[in-house]
Amino acid sequence: MTDIFDIYLLEAMVNGILLGGVLALLALGLNLIFGVIDVTWICYAELVMIGMYGMYYMVQVFGLPYYVAAPFAILLVAGLGALLHLLVIAPLLTAPPINQLLATGGVLFVLQSFATVAFGIDFRNLGIRMPVLKLFEMHLSYSRLLAFAAALIGMLLVYFFMKRTYIGTAIRAISQDRQIMALMGVDTRRIYLITSALGGALAGLAACLLVLQYDIHPFVGLSFGPITFLIVVLGGLGNFVGGFVAAFVFAEIISLGGLFSDLEWGYVLAFAFFIVMMFIRPAGLLARRS
Amino acid sequence: MTAKQSLPWIAGAALIALPFVYREPYHLHILILILIWSFAYTSWSMMGRFGLVSLGHGGFMGVGAYVTALLWNHLGVSPWIGIPIAMVAAAILAMIVAYPCFRFRITGHYFVLVTLALSGIVLQVITATRDYTGGSLGYTPDRTKGSQIWALQFDDKVTWYLIALGVWAVGLAIWKWVDRSMDRYALEAISEDEDAAAAAGVNVTWEKLKITVISALMTALAGALYCQYQMFISPDTVSGIAVSLQMVFAVIVGGLYVSLGPTVGAVITILLAEILRIGFGTKAVGWDNLVYGVLLVLFIIFLPKGILGSIIDRVKTLRKA
Repeated sequence: MTDIFDIYLLEAMVNGILLGGVLALLALGLNLIFGVIDVTWICYAELVMIGMYGMYYMVQVFGLPYYVAAPFAILLVAGLGALLHLLVIAPLLTAPPINQLLATGGVLFVLQSFATVAFGIDFRNLGIRMPVLKLFEMHLSYSRLLAFAAALIGMLLVYFFMKRTYIGTAIRAISQDRQIMALMGVDTRRIYLITSALGGALAGLAACLLVLQYDIHPFVGLSFGPITFLIVVLGGLGNFVGGFVAAFVFAEIISLGGLFSDLEWGYVLAFAFFIVMMFIRPAGLLARRS
Repeated sequence: MTAKQSLPWIAGAALIALPFVYREPYHLHILILILIWSFAYTSWSMMGRFGLVSLGHGGFMGVGAYVTALLWNHLGVSPWIGIPIAMVAAAILAMIVAYPCFRFRITGHYFVLVTLALSGIVLQVITATRDYTGGSLGYTPDRTKGSQIWALQFDDKVTWYLIALGVWAVGLAIWKWVDRSMDRYALEAISEDEDAAAAAGVNVTWEKLKITVISALMTALAGALYCQYQMFISPDTVSGIAVSLQMVFAVIVGGLYVSLGPTVGAVITILLAEILRIGFGTKAVGWDNLVYGVLLVLFIIFLPKGILGSIIDRVKTLRKA
């Protein structure tokens, strides 16, 4: 009896790691935007939701193959990210940070209710059934493996973009010192726009991956949005590595908590863990206590 | 000056007299909702006006509503005892989350996101304990036969109107009390510059904790009242991030820095929702929030002081000129 239990435990742990990949992708997007523009997009998960609807319409209604539709969905959400910056964040750049945050909260309402009005509240799915991989008696779905691999590749691409290109270097420099970079001849407005589009693109990639595992409905963002914020805060806002580590920590807690009880208790555990960690390490997992 | 001083008393008398003159149930219902939510929004802005933007108030409201209803249904505890217990529970929850935040100087984005986690927890706990709370399907306090003061259940809307009016007035009184206290200056100093305030001898953690606990107590009361009046609560209507954002939105629209701002916000948002609901009928699902969201964004960009705040500013500059 004990070894069967261990297989379940192992399966839950592996699934946790696979979930962590997608969460890390979302955390990276939020961290990128926070690190460079110093705003938090409360509506980030709702951008993902719009991307998921985009995938649904392209695949189910227009009959595009999944791999053809995915780049379009990524472009769509990248465009949304840029639009969000131009319409909402740019006019508020000099306003108190709280106002920027609340404005994106308003965008959250807009996107959710837009989806309700435009697409209805029915649950939809892509109707793509991915086979299940059996490995040492564990059942792992290909959709999760694909999501994990694609998330890792996406993060690697962002890493090389940041390290190897001029724009990437400028982005990293701006996140270190916002004032000086403008004096160094970097067009901050352009960099902000590119960063927003990049953050949107990451949300779009996450949408393509999550659409394989979740049903789509206007409020689907709420099932992974809050957890993404917790991850980003726990990792330390703007701390890329911290966010990456925290994503896997949270995914494991949710996955293992869900194994022993309901999925909600996994979330409750994760939230409780988060609050305890705020006592111990208020500036983030990897921060040094000063 | 006497005309200005007597104005609140006249307005108050008119508000008390209203239900005895005018008894249209639907309009009274809307008024009661406006008063209860005004009180909730006022509670939020107790903190919000000092730069302590919390998205955890959905959590406090959920605790207020659910603790009261659960005590009544499962243990038969009267809401008269249950509501204070629920308020204390919310205050304890507030302290557990707020103390480390203030102690370790978690401000701005961090504070917003930590409190966001709080309303997330409350929502998930209510959903997860569905054997007791009914989960996302909602929960109804057991009904008594007819109106019972002991059970805080009344059939007629006039009683509820007067209760809601009283609580709302108490909310405004607390606002005034804070406005006149020394704590207000301390908290304003803190919201400008924490280090400077601390250097000037302000106990930053203690001052913030006080206002947070007051705010949480009031919000829990609003939740409990809402539950007792509507006799139906669900995790989505009294807890969670959506409710927290709804509070922020209404306060921003009305005006964050004036005592009647949250009330104006409640009037505008509830009337807007009702008009949209009647105008669009069942198609309204989503439209009200769509308009809300667009308005919220526009307000923050173009009118960050809110409607009432901007009007008062305009009047003041006109008088000076």
